[in-house]
Amino acid sequence: MIGEIVGILLAGLLTENFILVKFYGICPFMGVSKKMDTALGMGMAVTFVMGIASAACWAVNALLLVPLELEYMQTVAFILVIASIVQVVEMFLKKSVPALYQALGVYLPLITTNCAVLGVALVNVQEGYGFFFSVLNGVAGGAGFTLAIVLFSSIRERMEEGDCPKSFRGFPIALMAAGLLALAFMGFSGLKIG
Amino acid sequence: MNVKKMTLDGLLYQNPVLVQMLGLCSTLAITTSLFNGIGMGLSVTAILICSNVMISALRKFIPSSIRIASYIVIIAGFVTVVDLLLQAFLPTLSENLGVFIPLIVVNCIVLGRAEAFASKHGVLASALDGLTQGIGYTIALVLMCVVRELLGSGTFGGGILNGGEGIRILPEELGATLMIMPVGGFLTLGCLIAAAQWLMNRRKKEARE
Repeated sequence: MIGEIVGILLAGLLTENFILVKFYGICPFMGVSKKMDTALGMGMAVTFVMGIASAACWAVNALLLVPLELEYMQTVAFILVIASIVQVVEMFLKKSVPALYQALGVYLPLITTNCAVLGVALVNVQEGYGFFFSVLNGVAGGAGFTLAIVLFSSIRERMEEGDCPKSFRGFPIALMAAGLLALAFMGFSGLKIG
Repeated sequence: MNVKKMTLDGLLYQNPVLVQMLGLCSTLAITTSLFNGIGMGLSVTAILICSNVMISALRKFIPSSIRIASYIVIIAGFVTVVDLLLQAFLPTLSENLGVFIPLIVVNCIVLGRAEAFASKHGVLASALDGLTQGIGYTIALVLMCVVRELLGSGTFGGGILNGGEGIRILPEELGATLMIMPVGGFLTLGCLIAAAQWLMNRRKKEARE
């Protein structure tokens, strides 16, 4: 049990990092990583939504889709669940935790179309995780997302001042840097517990 | 409806991947062999055409406050259709692409075209827009695949030509496995976008002179 928990955490953070190894959620990774504090905000919002979405999608799948033999509706059902969760979380935060809403608010609408959230819900079903492991996998994946985006944003902040060929300015050079970061994360592959 | 301009825009000047930089997840993740690239490209093209037509036909009935949610449901429906068809008729492709087929739902290209084009234009124009943007996406995927496969495993056309093995161009020991790993995806896409920017800059310069 403990071994499995550590294994999932390790995979989410390092060996199976959602962005750098599995390529879920590249759009926000490239889009919201120019400044470190916005990157951290986005990462936290994604982790939060991924945890809740994993729980809700598990419930919808196990309690609704499987008994009714509607598994082929997973994609449609999950995206609806995620879109409504994002909406509800946004409204809830606005009313009850305005400080957190101030920090995360602008990122929340973007999360609906983040592949990482739908991706984790689908992977949980494929792997046959129960409720606890689904949520754990969601949170671990989100933490991995946060780690990658924060590391990447600190690289990008420094890169702003660097000089590079005109054609490579902006997006291409950022992709190159992301490639090097992915190379570094490749070093973690093979790390295994349990 | 300017067919020529739309075609050129979709394929080159407004290429969804290389210029608009949309749909990068799948572009980076599945472009390891030509078979995957073409399969993914055509799947997205089919979904783009269908969802564009449907959304354009319904654009007068969908209230604007819930339009994004409606678009996502329409798109998710078509994605499920394609997913099930692939599972039934092309199981190898479905296995290779894995979770990235259902993830087309959140591919920014499809939602982006729905919002930017199909919700404002007629059915025919939207269908053409879906076709050209989809083919532009396919071209970008194929470019990525060709480069990564050639440098990574030294072959061309993996999964399709030569009984699935691909035609060997470089000797096996020269293949840099790195290129079919995630790193290779980032590096290849970076170089391709840089090349696209270089072409755009040159075109602008020529237009000025």
